[in-house]
Amino acid sequence: MKSSISQQESAQLLADEVAGKFPDAKGRFGPFGGRYVPETLIPALDRLEAGIREHLRSTDFQAELTRELTSWVGRPTALSHAARLSAAWGADVWLKREDLAHTGAHKINNAIGQALLAKRLGAKRIIAETGAGQHGVASAAACARIGLPCTVYMGAVDMERQAPNVGRIKLLGAEVVPVTGGDRTLRAAIDEALRDWVSDPIDTYYLIGSAVGPHPYPWLVRELQSVIGREARAQMLAQAGALPDVVFACVGGGSNAIGSFVPFVGDQSVEIVGVEAGGTSSALGRNAATLVYGRPGVLQGSYSLLLQDADGQIQETESVSAGLDYPGVGPEHSLLLWAGRVRYESATDGEALAALAECSRLEGILPAIESAHAFARAKRWAERHPMKRILITLSGRGDKDMSTLQRTLLGDNGGRAQL
Amino acid sequence: MSEQREQSVAPHERITAAITAANTRGQPAIVAFLTAGYPAKDKFRAHLTEIGAAADVVEIGVPFTDPMADGMTIQRSSQGALAQGVTLRWLLGELHDMPRPQAPLILMSYLNPLLAFGFDELPAAAQRAGICGFIVPDLPYDESDDFRRALRREGVALIQMATPVTTDKRLREVAAVSEGFLYAVTMTGTTGKSVAVPQEVTTYLDRVTAVSPVPVCAGFGIRSVTQVRDLQKHVAGVIVGSALVEVLEQGGDPGAFLRSLRPGE
Repeated sequence: MKSSISQQESAQLLADEVAGKFPDAKGRFGPFGGRYVPETLIPALDRLEAGIREHLRSTDFQAELTRELTSWVGRPTALSHAARLSAAWGADVWLKREDLAHTGAHKINNAIGQALLAKRLGAKRIIAETGAGQHGVASAAACARIGLPCTVYMGAVDMERQAPNVGRIKLLGAEVVPVTGGDRTLRAAIDEALRDWVSDPIDTYYLIGSAVGPHPYPWLVRELQSVIGREARAQMLAQAGALPDVVFACVGGGSNAIGSFVPFVGDQSVEIVGVEAGGTSSALGRNAATLVYGRPGVLQGSYSLLLQDADGQIQETESVSAGLDYPGVGPEHSLLLWAGRVRYESATDGEALAALAECSRLEGILPAIESAHAFARAKRWAERHPMKRILITLSGRGDKDMSTLQRTLLGDNGGRAQL
Repeated sequence: MSEQREQSVAPHERITAAITAANTRGQPAIVAFLTAGYPAKDKFRAHLTEIGAAADVVEIGVPFTDPMADGMTIQRSSQGALAQGVTLRWLLGELHDMPRPQAPLILMSYLNPLLAFGFDELPAAAQRAGICGFIVPDLPYDESDDFRRALRREGVALIQMATPVTTDKRLREVAAVSEGFLYAVTMTGTTGKSVAVPQEVTTYLDRVTAVSPVPVCAGFGIRSVTQVRDLQKHVAGVIVGSALVEVLEQGGDPGAFLRSLRPGE
């Protein structure tokens, strides 16, 4: 397994990515990806891959998916011109409004798509993990919609900081299982969901929430989330009359970002920037900026960049946003980094909160803290590139973050950023 | 076993020989698992010596932060070992320096600590520490070529796993490359839950044994001599993990526990 790359190899990776050659037959995005799972899960992954090949592109499945995306999710989501942010930043800012999708974030695009697929594959129950709770809510909603029982694994730390979403998941008919092992956040929830799946790989469908995990998940999630970038690209051409000069999206596991980026990867004039959680500092353990600080390794089924120590132990992460608080990242992002196509940066907790406040005040939109990370770096970019067209994927709404915002932005003295 | 003999027999052959020797005595081989440095780092040498005297093969777990194939006991042991600063490098150093048991040693590790150590250096370092084989639960057959090739330079085994849901075609492929023994997982699930031995399990184990050129050992959920007796007609050995770790946690006698699992020696 490669741990570094030459310039020539980098150019070849980019050419192959633009040509749509990834994932390859072994489920790899260049050196990244693969299937690093217990033997028990191999037949289930084989069945899932065969199911994707059979159904995903079929007219029948696409018609059903489009019907659900249109009439139930509310797609296409709007592209909003952000006039006051544009004036404040000296730029031309456009927002892809995934916050307007049903359940309040892009997660539903993936959840309903996989739930429909699971039903076709004969699944009897669905399991999911969740960090910020948005994927848990989306999975619970999708399972209710198609009539399958759903169990959601959620770290005990996240259940506390995202309490309203726990209630929503339960109201939508799903069972929430608190995860008290490991780091008690998203990573531990994925470990526990994998353990559940290993126990019943035939009747259980694992509805993973980000573009992470073993092949074919990073591919499947990318395919289902690419609707974001495809719509945004067409909407930019129709509404702005041109492609954006730069596209920004936040990156945790990286599903909204991969869905936003891939349709623009072949557009040479379009710069692409992914923004990770910079937490409180650049020190190991004090952020979740995997692509900025990580090294290659294997976690939860795929070879990708990871936040790890010299002994290969996975590091705990820190971020004000539960949805970005993850020490790994989808393998296609590692590829896009090594291919030199996407630049990955980080925004600190304070920068993200300040950006959230600014967007709320100027645009009347309360973004999720996750999404606000993208705004923070877009603003910096605008300072260096005046009057350029900036597209930001606003991946979700911030209502779920009210308890965190009460403690920070709205707090008496404890706020790390000021309104 | 003398140094000379150790050098003339490839490490992976020592594992197979130890299992076959138990079978020749009319016994199923006992493969005993402990997590390195758990429950106490300073008792590791003593525990390994006691366990090595009672078992035919010893499997030593390298702790990892994300043991996704393991149940509560091994998760707890892994965290407990990490909290005491146990690393693969520490473990190899201990094994290198201590008088090692006669039973051949195997390392069980998730892939990332092995990657971090480096596939270039690891096989020779492991061989010098007396390691005869590796079990890597998140390295399935399809992804295992690089590591197997690296280990073969030192004659160290990469032990493959079969499960009740493994297809016949894949089972033959996996069995063909497994060295030392073939690890037959008794059930779908994580380690540690007690498992009955219904006919579907024995039918599956017979299927595995029929195609495997190396001895087959059954693991996951082995806790009692009754199970061992039921299994011995179908496999060459059993792997005892969580149950032994719990004995160590409770301050019990690991050697006595392992001997209690032998059907009427």
